[in-house]
Amino acid sequence: MKQNIIDKVWQSHIVKQNPGHPAILAIDFCLVHEVTSAQAFDTLRERNLPVFDTKSLLATVDHSIPTRKNRHEIFDEMAKAQVQKLRDNTKEFNVPFYDMDSQHQGIVHVVGPELGITQPGMTIVCGDSHTATHGAFGAIAFGIGTSTVGHVFASGCLLMNKPKTMKVEFNGQFQAGVSAKDAVMKLIATIGIGGANGHIIEYTGSAIDSMSMEARMTLCNMSIECGAVAGLIAPDETTYAYLKGKKYAPTDKWNDALNYWNSLKSDEGCDYDKLIAIDVNKLNPMVSWGTNPQQAIEINQNIPNNNDDMTTKALDYVKLSLNQPIKDTKLDWAFVGSCTNGRIEDMRVTAAILKGKKIASHMTFYVVPGSEQVMAQAEKEGLIDIINASGAEFRMPGCSMCLGMNDDKVPPGSRCISSTNRNFVGRQGTGSMTHLASPATVSASAIAGKIASPTEYFNTDGEIA
Amino acid sequence: MKAIKHIIGKAIPMNMTDIDTDIIIPAQYLTSTSQTGYGKHAFARLRADKDFVLNQEQYKGAPILLTGSNFGCGSSREHAVWAIKELGIDAIIAPSFADIFTNNAKKNGLLLIEQPQEVIDKLMQKASDSTNEIEINIEEQIIVSGNTTLEFTLNEFFKHCLINGLDELDYLISHVEEIKSFKTKQKRETLFIN
Repeated sequence: MKQNIIDKVWQSHIVKQNPGHPAILAIDFCLVHEVTSAQAFDTLRERNLPVFDTKSLLATVDHSIPTRKNRHEIFDEMAKAQVQKLRDNTKEFNVPFYDMDSQHQGIVHVVGPELGITQPGMTIVCGDSHTATHGAFGAIAFGIGTSTVGHVFASGCLLMNKPKTMKVEFNGQFQAGVSAKDAVMKLIATIGIGGANGHIIEYTGSAIDSMSMEARMTLCNMSIECGAVAGLIAPDETTYAYLKGKKYAPTDKWNDALNYWNSLKSDEGCDYDKLIAIDVNKLNPMVSWGTNPQQAIEINQNIPNNNDDMTTKALDYVKLSLNQPIKDTKLDWAFVGSCTNGRIEDMRVTAAILKGKKIASHMTFYVVPGSEQVMAQAEKEGLIDIINASGAEFRMPGCSMCLGMNDDKVPPGSRCISSTNRNFVGRQGTGSMTHLASPATVSASAIAGKIASPTEYFNTDGEIA
Repeated sequence: MKAIKHIIGKAIPMNMTDIDTDIIIPAQYLTSTSQTGYGKHAFARLRADKDFVLNQEQYKGAPILLTGSNFGCGSSREHAVWAIKELGIDAIIAPSFADIFTNNAKKNGLLLIEQPQEVIDKLMQKASDSTNEIEINIEEQIIVSGNTTLEFTLNEFFKHCLINGLDELDYLISHVEEIKSFKTKQKRETLFIN
């Protein structure tokens, strides 16, 4: 029978499927952070269970930590205790842990791939909904709650019914200044925040073929924002070139691995439960206007009248009106970072746009690398100096301003353009307003002091002039 | 886990769609390492409005929540389920639920029932009458509201766990030897982490 990649990876991980029961699904790797693990370690202690396989776990700190230079000093007592708890738990259960200044600390979804842990054909989980990021390598990767984290700790497996499958084709070539972030925002705006509920997505098409791994990770990262269980891309030469030489990538067994990974690709003519195609040729940069990621438009469009209660509520919160152009909306804050857009390419595009320019004087702009490795590379390429010289502030690695749970918050009543993944009410801090966009759009907007298109910074070859 | 067979009581009409987990429990309350203490912050941003349904005296302690589609979308935080359970809610009836929220609910004995929008609309109307109670019989898979009886579907395995107070982890642990041999073979053939 012809199978798609999702079916192949799923089937290869079924330990047992008892009739009337969910599958016992083998999990190859579980990434761990401070916010969703403490209660899972408690479960092990309560039941007197060991970790099933400590080599399939890796912990780091990202959500609760400050991104100031002196980030070791955590002023919030609860956050401080939470970070300490992870240190204690990883020590007690012998789980590998990258603490601050370890050179590998960072956002879990940035660290896994850059170490070469994330590989094609794997199942990867984490107590974080943006785990689909790892799908960029052809892995089934998804977010789980803390109880399930405990199940994986104790058994190396979890219980799950097979999700449906969906193919999303991105065809065409991006215009200069348009990127994977805009493509995924377009998908979410098209199918809605529940549009892929119950499905795992395979992303295909010519626009995917030409994407870097960083861009693919941005795309897969936001799969959850249209409700998908996971999103993945079949591995190809770009995937293999990225993986080769990484710390945990295969060496002696490289050719065996390649043979296996190539066999995972979807069979010609295979079926999916749902199909959608999006043409990116004429796509413009996307910006969200409301209070969920589906409420987003192209930057040259006006806020649409959907005639629904959700639109009215959202507009009331973000203090904008129906039919108003989104462009030129005055901003207070800008943020580039997060598991969506905190990788080296994001730092490069940000620096390239800011180079030799100043951000608007009323703006505060945080640029936060996704990991210590991203920071080191940015330093090496001279990006940090360029970014700081523009009036923006390059900070230490972490989730930072994405979710309003550490010191980095957008103040109440302030408006932020952000390279993150969610614009929910109060997401970046109580009373804050968020506009999601690509790092290029965020940077161009920080210079203008209002929502602005980055396209003028790019030449027709897609390079920044 | 506590066995649950019946849920009887008032239903809270929360007529909104796409309620995300940031709304259910904002991230600033997630620095706790405990599994309790989230109920008082549940729906914090909506509760700031004194007219919000959860602030109304008649719904205090009601065990059933009626709401719109795609409930629980967004983050994977199980704290959202813990917060709702701490409010005394044992069942949520909505047209649809987000996937991770659904999985988390199962681990905590929170029953999620899908019903079509028009059914929810009717139940919401009835719920505004402060004397109206709903009965959910889990074994029979029926909801009784006044003269109306509605059937609902329920995953067999989850039902078994819920009415017997069983835990998924026990089931997994009972297969640990099979899991071990599966993983040994997998490491030899298809897993290449160095």
